[in-house]
Amino acid sequence: MSSFKNTGHLFRFAGLFVLAFLIFLGVRGFVVPKSFGQYGHYRGNAIVDDAARPMFYAGHQACETCHADIAATKASGAHAHVNCEACHGPQAIHALADDPTAHIPVKPDSATLCIRCHAKTLAKPKNFPQVDGDHSQGMACITCHTNPHSPAMDTAAKGGAK
Amino acid sequence: MKMNRRQILMLMPAAAIAWESILAGTPEEAPNYKMSEHWWSMLIDISKCIGCGNCVRACAAENKVPAGHFRTWVERYHVDDENMTEPQVISPNGGFDGFPAATEDTGKYFYVPKLCNQCADSPCTQVCPVGATFISPDGVVMVDRKYCLGCAYCVQACPYGCRYIHPELEVADKCDLCYHRITKGLTTACCENCPTGARQLADLKDPKDPIHEFLRTHNVQVLKPQMATGAKVFYNDLDGSVR
Repeated sequence: MSSFKNTGHLFRFAGLFVLAFLIFLGVRGFVVPKSFGQYGHYRGNAIVDDAARPMFYAGHQACETCHADIAATKASGAHAHVNCEACHGPQAIHALADDPTAHIPVKPDSATLCIRCHAKTLAKPKNFPQVDGDHSQGMACITCHTNPHSPAMDTAAKGGAK
Repeated sequence: MKMNRRQILMLMPAAAIAWESILAGTPEEAPNYKMSEHWWSMLIDISKCIGCGNCVRACAAENKVPAGHFRTWVERYHVDDENMTEPQVISPNGGFDGFPAATEDTGKYFYVPKLCNQCADSPCTQVCPVGATFISPDGVVMVDRKYCLGCAYCVQACPYGCRYIHPELEVADKCDLCYHRITKGLTTACCENCPTGARQLADLKDPKDPIHEFLRTHNVQVLKPQMATGAKVFYNDLDGSVR
């Protein structure tokens, strides 16, 4: 048929398009990570990356595997639901180490620690135990509340502080 | 081995596919953790929060949050009896150092811990131009630090102000519910360190999770429900003045 005469330039042009498309596919296959689109329009391995971040707080379960005695003391007191690292700070370096004795945690200072929660302010829920500046008369909290893991006092003065 | 040009051309696509899979590697799965079995959320009990700032400090330490930026923060509301629509809200350094003593004995005070609401239909994930932020199959809104350009479009899109641009990495950053902890069976750093249990991590797909009983029996709200974001951070005892 005469209409297919002199069409070589069209096929060469179409060939260029096909070649460009193949190059695009090749580059795309090389640049786009394999996990992209695994779950949606994002890199599926980003989830794996996020899950692999290091921990700094070991969690109270790790503490209790060795410090079961303190966990038992705590369980019967007012601080039963306060987890270890809430006061002792991030201890993954101690708790998750092969040799925990290599990183001994620093003891918290009761003079500054306790009032983080128990400083008196009108903004706190009324049923939460709070003390004002006069309560301790300058003494460290553990002078009277000798066991911070179960902080109620043994004497009849228990509950006197408000 | 002798091959003609045609045979080599026919082998090349197969070789390309094989080479691609070698380059990409295979995605690892965390042991004993199946994303399809979880749908993470958080419960915040306003009536239990004492504004100690333990959650803010724990979050900063666990996630290396740069100073002055927050993945979680605590606000203190002071609502006057007669002026519900204009509460006085303070959040000094996000509550990192606690709060100054409240002295005015009028109206009411309460603390509102805030964090990413892990929206199921989040505006932030919809605007990302490169697919760097997304909601994972287990319901956590995440940022892919390798893909993020730092354009901050998502920072503007978040109706709760939960995102910031990390000053050193120059990527968007936000709460990811301590994904590296919850996939190992632990709770988040903020929940672990909350002394009153005001914050509780919850798994909505776990039928044994106490969240279901709690949601049935309490007056629970989400923030800005009118935005229809599908927020999954539930607030108990939330005052109407909270925005």
